[in-house]
Amino acid sequence: MSLQGSNQEHRRERYRTGVRTGIPYAVAGLLVAISFGVLAQPVMGNVAPIVMSALMFAGAAQFAAVAVLAAGGGGAAAIAAGILLNLRFGPMGVALAPSLRGGRLSRALTGQAMIDFSWAAASRGGGSFDAPFMVGATLPSYPAWVGGTAIGVFAGDLIGDPARLGLDALFPAFFLCLLVEGELRPGIPAVVAAVGAAVALALIPFTPAGVPVIAASAAALLGLWRSER
Amino acid sequence: MSEVWVTIIVLTVATAVIKGAGPVLVGGRTLPPPAMAVVAVVAPALLAALVVVQTLGAPEGAAFELDARIAGVAAAAVAVSIRAGLLPAVALAAIVTATVRALA
Repeated sequence: MSLQGSNQEHRRERYRTGVRTGIPYAVAGLLVAISFGVLAQPVMGNVAPIVMSALMFAGAAQFAAVAVLAAGGGGAAAIAAGILLNLRFGPMGVALAPSLRGGRLSRALTGQAMIDFSWAAASRGGGSFDAPFMVGATLPSYPAWVGGTAIGVFAGDLIGDPARLGLDALFPAFFLCLLVEGELRPGIPAVVAAVGAAVALALIPFTPAGVPVIAASAAALLGLWRSER
Repeated sequence: MSEVWVTIIVLTVATAVIKGAGPVLVGGRTLPPPAMAVVAVVAPALLAALVVVQTLGAPEGAAFELDARIAGVAAAAVAVSIRAGLLPAVALAAIVTATVRALA
């Protein structure tokens, strides 16, 4: 087998490992998407929430935009809220970029596969990311997210208030587990996590949703401290 | 067109642009070591902030919302620190949150 052939096979294997890793998250995502469908249906009707999930595929931003529309905040404010919540994909994409191969179009498409979970799970330390793994880990979440939204839209009456089921604790618990199991190495990463958490905590009462997380990404600049010594 | 559809279309385009920006502008080359040192710790910074905001923040922003999620996420923290595994820890978070809410 040529070196390139075996490399191709290796990438396919990493992709498949990603898909397997992504299934538990997709199950949690399905439940969160159901609660999105339930909450969005009274605001947007039956079709729009499902189209929104299919096109945007971005949990926190969708919740924020619908929350603004539900409160009568208007389209411009809903767009601003959604963009603020998705801006974190800017620094995430910059972090991912050096690990991507191929031309601009292929890299841009791989970037679309970034979700918080798969991006964090594909982090291999030292700033390197396993891109085929990330794409695979995102894949199960897409049908789960769109399908879950549809279930929520049409079964909202049966489900009632999603908060009653504690579904709003699923995502923060998931991110906490990813942090503790994957990223909370002693030294700089632990310090950066603590500073990021503190920055977010300090900003929550004062800024629109999304801003605390973007501002917290500046804590990553502490990485320079180690590199300069 | 209604504001709902305008919101969906604009956010779809904006999300695609934001997600594509880093890979298109920075990709295909190796960053200098100081930049890589920063990139290496973006994940812990973002994950920690997401946990804090989604546990303590109000969904519409600009306010704390302290409720049963705190108990649920704390239970997940204990579970994952004793190596209970990811799925049990996450499931426990939902169960504890739902239970505390029902009792409150």
